[in-house]
Amino acid sequence: MSSTNPHNLLYASSKNHYSRLFSGAVILFFFILLAACASDNSRQEREKEITVNISDEAFRDLLDAKKIFYALPSPLETAMLLKSSGAVYNEELLNPVDNISRYQTNSSMAVNLGIYTANLSYASLFDQTQTSLHYMDAAKGLADNLGILDAIDNYTMERLEDNLGNRDIIIDIVSETFMNSSSFLQENDREPVAALMFAGGWVEGLYLALNLVDEDNLKEDPLVKRIVDNKLSLELVMLLLEENSYNSDVADLINEMKKIETVFHKIKIESTPIEVMEAPDDSATILRSQSVSNINKDIFRHLKSTVTAIRNSFVS
Amino acid sequence: MRQFLSFLFLATVLIGLSGKAEGQCKGFARRICKLDLEGFVHDGNYHAAILTDGEEAELYKTFYSDQDYRIAVCGSEVLEDIEFKVMDIQRNILYTNKNNDFKGTWDFRLESSQQLMISVKVLSGNPGQEPASGCVAILFGLSDN
Repeated sequence: MSSTNPHNLLYASSKNHYSRLFSGAVILFFFILLAACASDNSRQEREKEITVNISDEAFRDLLDAKKIFYALPSPLETAMLLKSSGAVYNEELLNPVDNISRYQTNSSMAVNLGIYTANLSYASLFDQTQTSLHYMDAAKGLADNLGILDAIDNYTMERLEDNLGNRDIIIDIVSETFMNSSSFLQENDREPVAALMFAGGWVEGLYLALNLVDEDNLKEDPLVKRIVDNKLSLELVMLLLEENSYNSDVADLINEMKKIETVFHKIKIESTPIEVMEAPDDSATILRSQSVSNINKDIFRHLKSTVTAIRNSFVS
Repeated sequence: MRQFLSFLFLATVLIGLSGKAEGQCKGFARRICKLDLEGFVHDGNYHAAILTDGEEAELYKTFYSDQDYRIAVCGSEVLEDIEFKVMDIQRNILYTNKNNDFKGTWDFRLESSQQLMISVKVLSGNPGQEPASGCVAILFGLSDN
């Protein structure tokens, strides 16, 4: 059995980071050089060929610079996983929509947009149509306040109201809403706000799962397995946040998330190598492997209290 | 000085165009790529970038056990074929669409949750040909059964 190694991901991330830094430095260098050239009145000087010596290795690094994405589980995916694990619906766990007036800073609005989107997804998946409407409205309020144009427009609200009995359309609307918000933020150079929103949604998903588990039946409850699996996605949450840590709100959030990371470090997951089982027809390929973890009641309770405290600080 | 101002203007226009192109990427992902997820529920995540022939992108994601997934990778018509590979964290290749006529989708299910890496590469065009740039999107679908 081999345990998962987060350093592979960290290495990929830092390599990319340095490549990008290097590319930026080269571009800046050319920019300054060009400006210096242009300001020189001597035609002869301007016409001199400019040569810059870059080592082969550095040049290869420059060419190797890749776009890297960290895909966190979306609120909809988290809600689907909760449902498929046999979780029940408990409205008392949701962040009340009346709390919206508390969120006045960009940071609190972004984190709670993630939280409300998680609540919206959870309510929708469990066919709570009126609650879904309320949470869609709350998410719209925060998206509007964050200047996320048309993420949830009036047409979306009307479409939702007109299809309250159609679960497939409701889920499609929830999916579209999340895509609109995240793509708007990413395409308008507001990645830190997107990172805060993603992290808020991730914490809320974990909070819901932890509070839906039957603590007296930890070994049998399939939700526990889902909670343990969050150790894997937490790595990606942290990488995404680190990438945006130049923003002070994100830096503050990283400190909070490290508390969760510390508890997850106590959980060891061991997995066998993946064996690919091709399907004979056109159906899904099966990726076979087995994994075990050492989670116990003490670790579970520690994780639950840590996550609950952080989540409650977000919504208060 | 005039040359410097011209450069600044050009840089501004290029940055503006790149932003516009990214915006068009969302429309492309929604109108074209999402169709490839038919039968699955789009998870709502959006991953798209403007890539040029020969360029690569990587995506890291945790996939959960006992859940049917579909990966859909698609690119603008102007681009050459897009190769995508799915790898485990030791970078062992689990799937490549190169062996499947560069098909844009792959359906799979994991027996235990794993973090996987998806590498996407726009193949290079003919030598001497102007490299094309276009939108490449990676979307994920989940089965709701």
